[in-house]
Amino acid sequence: MNSSLLFNITTIAYFAAMVVFIVYLTGSSKVVGLVATLICWVGFVANTAAIGMRWYEAYAMGYEQAPLSNLYESVVFFAWAILMIYLLFDLKYQQRAIGAFVLPFAFGGMIWAQWSLDATIQPLVPALQSNWLTYHVFTCFIGYAAFAMACGVSIMYLIKAGKEEKSAEQSPAGGLLGLFPSVKVLDDLNYKAIMVGFPMLTLGIITGAAWANYAWGTYWSWDPKETWSLIVWFIYAAFLHARFTRGWVGKRAAWLSIFGFAATIFCYLGVNLVLSGLHSYGGS
Amino acid sequence: MSKAQSFTDRLWDFFCSLKLAIVTLILLALTSVIGTVIEQNLAPQEYMQKYGMSQSTYKTLDALQFFDMYHSYWFLSLMGLFAVNLICCSIKRLPRIIKTVRNPVLVADDGLFRTFSNKEEIVTKGSVESVRDKLVARLGKKFASPVVTEQDGKVYLFAQKGAFSRFGVYVTHSSILIIFLGAMIGNVWGFKAYVNIVEGKAVNQVWARGGQQPIPLDFAVRCDNFEVTFYEGGRPKEFSSDLVVLENGREVLKKTIEVNDPLSYKGLTFYQSSYGPAGDPVYQFRVRNRATGETADVMGQQGRHLPLPGGAALIPMGYAESYQNFGPAAQVSLDSGDHKHGTPFIVFQNYPQFDEKRGGEFAVTLLGVQQSYYTGLQVAKDPGVWVVWLGCLLMVLGSCSAFFLSHRRIWVSIQPLEKGIGVKLGGAAHRNQPGFTLYFDELTKDFDDALSS
Ligand code: HEM
Repeated sequence: MNSSLLFNITTIAYFAAMVVFIVYLTGSSKVVGLVATLICWVGFVANTAAIGMRWYEAYAMGYEQAPLSNLYESVVFFAWAILMIYLLFDLKYQQRAIGAFVLPFAFGGMIWAQWSLDATIQPLVPALQSNWLTYHVFTCFIGYAAFAMACGVSIMYLIKAGKEEKSAEQSPAGGLLGLFPSVKVLDDLNYKAIMVGFPMLTLGIITGAAWANYAWGTYWSWDPKETWSLIVWFIYAAFLHARFTRGWVGKRAAWLSIFGFAATIFCYLGVNLVLSGLHSYGGS
Repeated sequence: MSKAQSFTDRLWDFFCSLKLAIVTLILLALTSVIGTVIEQNLAPQEYMQKYGMSQSTYKTLDALQFFDMYHSYWFLSLMGLFAVNLICCSIKRLPRIIKTVRNPVLVADDGLFRTFSNKEEIVTKGSVESVRDKLVARLGKKFASPVVTEQDGKVYLFAQKGAFSRFGVYVTHSSILIIFLGAMIGNVWGFKAYVNIVEGKAVNQVWARGGQQPIPLDFAVRCDNFEVTFYEGGRPKEFSSDLVVLENGREVLKKTIEVNDPLSYKGLTFYQSSYGPAGDPVYQFRVRNRATGETADVMGQQGRHLPLPGGAALIPMGYAESYQNFGPAAQVSLDSGDHKHGTPFIVFQNYPQFDEKRGGEFAVTLLGVQQSYYTGLQVAKDPGVWVVWLGCLLMVLGSCSAFFLSHRRIWVSIQPLEKGIGVKLGGAAHRNQPGFTLYFDELTKDFDDALSS
C-alpha cells in the first residue's frame, strides 16, 4: 500500500460519490443519498490515509516535512479539506442534494492533481522549513474549503430561486428541484459556511504574517499572494456586513459568494500561475 | 447656523454609515489588485522594458503612484477613511449597546411580548408566589438566575446570558485599529536593514534598505562560521551562520542562526538571508621537484606568484568545486624564474599522481582551497510588532465571540387570571435564531413539566 494507490482510490471514490449524488437528484430514494454519503466517507478516509502515508514516505526518505510542500500536495489537501467541511455540514444538516454541487470541486482537484501535477516528493528549500508552514496552509485551506462549500450552495440557490420565479404561478418546484433544500435553508447554509471560512481565513492570514515575520522580519510585504488573500478577506468582510446590516440575502448574497470563491481560486492558483512573487511554490 | 449644523450632521452620518464601510471594503479590494499586476518598486527602465511602456505612460502611472501603490497617498487615504469609518460607527453604536446590557428591560409588557418571535403562554394552578418560586428555581438551574420585579400584583422575571458577546464586534473592530497602530509604530520607530559579515569578522553597523547612511549599533556582531548544506540532488538544505554578540569586546550571546531561526538581541533581529564568497580563495599545493625529489608546500591567493625553492614560482589561476566529475581542481601555471606565465594546466585534489604524467620540472598536487564566505543578514527592528500580534489575537477572539456566541434573554410574566395563574414566556437572541428557537422550545417544555408537577 503506498500513497499513490490511496490517492487513486480517493479520486475514484469522489467521482463515484459525485455520480451517485447526481443520480440521487434525479430519483428520490433516500437510500441512494445514503450510499453517496457513505462513498464520500470511504473517499475521505482514503484521502486522510493517503496524506498520512505520504508524510511517512517523505520521512522515510529523510525529509522531515509535512505533506504540504508543493502544488500537488496542496491540491490533494484542498480536496481533503472540502470533504471535511462537507461531511461536517452533512452530519449537522443532512441535506444530501448539496453533495452533487460540492463533490465536483473535490473531484476536480483530485483528477487535476493525479493527471497533470508533479507528484514526486521533493525536499523543502530552507525558507519553507518551518512549523508555521503547516499551521498556515492548514488554516488557509479550511477557509478555502468552506468558501467552496458556500459557492456550491449558492449555485443551488440561484438554480432553485430561478426556477421558482418562473413557475411561481404553477405548483412549487417539484421533481429534480424538489430534492434541493428550500431556498431559505440554502441561503442560511451559504452564510453559515462563510461564517466558518472567514475566521479560518483570518487565522490563515495571521499565521502567514507570523511566519513571514519569523523568517524575514516583515509580517507584511504586499507580495501578490498576501495581497490577494487580503482581497478575498475584504470581499467576505463586505459580504458579512452587507448581510448583517443591509439585509443582503438571497440572490445578491449568492452572487457575492460565488464571486468571492472565484477570487479565492485566483488567490490560490492564479497568483502562482499568472503572477509572480514569494509564494511561487508550485509555480512552473 | 442650522444649515451648518445639518452639514456636520450629514458629515457625521456619512462617516458612521455602513454603506461607506461596504464601499470602502470593495474599493480596497479592487485597488489592491493593481499592485499585484504591476510589479512594485522597479527601476524606470525595467518598467519600460518589461511592460513595453512608453515614456509618457510611465510618467502618468508614476504620477498616480502606481509603482509603489501600497504606500501611495490615495491608498493610505482609503485605509484612513476605513479607520475613521470604524471609529465613528463604534462611537455611535457602543453607548446603545452598553445601555442594552447594563439597563435591560426587566418588565416585559404586552407590547414587548408582541415583538418576540419566541413566546409561549401557559395557564397553571397555584398562587402567583408558588409559581414564581418554581420558575425562579427552574430558570436559575437551566439558564441564568433571574431578576425578579413585582408590580401591581404581577411578577416579572428577566434573565440573560452571554451579554458580553455583544462586545465581540467592537473587539474585532478595535483590533483592526490596533493593528494599524502597530504598523505605524513599526514605521516610525523601527527600520529594515541588511548587513554582510565576512567569516571571522565583526560589524557594529548595518545599512538601511534603500538608504545610504549606515545605522550604528551599540554592540557588535561577529560571524564565526558560515555553512551551507545540500540535499543529495543538489537543492540547498540549510544555510547557517554562527553568530556572536559582543558588548565592548565581551561575548554576551552565541547562536547558530538558520533560515526560519533568527537571532534577537536588544530589540534587533538578525535573519539569515543570503551568502556569497568573500575575497579570493586561498590555495595550498605540494610541489615536488622531479629532478631532486625534494618537496615543498606552498600556499597563497589567486594570481600571486608563490615562490618555489630554486627561484621558480607557482601561480594559481582558478578553482572549480568539481571539474568534470573529478572533484576539486585548480588551474595553475608555472613561472620558471623569468616572471612569465607558462602554459596553464589543471591539477586535482583527489588525484595526486595525475600531474606526474605531465612531465616538466615540477609535479604539482592540490592540497586544498579555502574559500571564505560572507553571510548576508536581514536586520529588523520593529517595536510595533507586539501591538500587531495583540491586534491579531483580539481579532480572532472578537470574531469568534461575534460569530459563535449570542446574547440570549428570557422574560417571564406571571399574573393571576380567572381560571388560574397565567404565565407568559418570551425570548430573544441576537444571533443564531434557529438554534435559539430549539433551545427556547426545550425550556418552555421544561417549565411546563415543572409547573404541572
Ligand atoms: C475588514 C474589516 C472588518 C472586519 C473584519 C469586521 C468584522 C465584523 C464582524 C466579525 C462583525 C460581526 C458580524 C455579526 O454581527 O455577527 C461585524 C459587524 C459589524 N461591523 Fe464590521 N468589520 C470590519 C469593518 C467594519 C467597518 C469599516 C465598519 C464601519 C462602519 C463596520 C461596521 C460594522 C457594524 C455596524 C456591524 C454590526 C454590529 C452589530 O451587529 O451590532 N465593520 N464586523
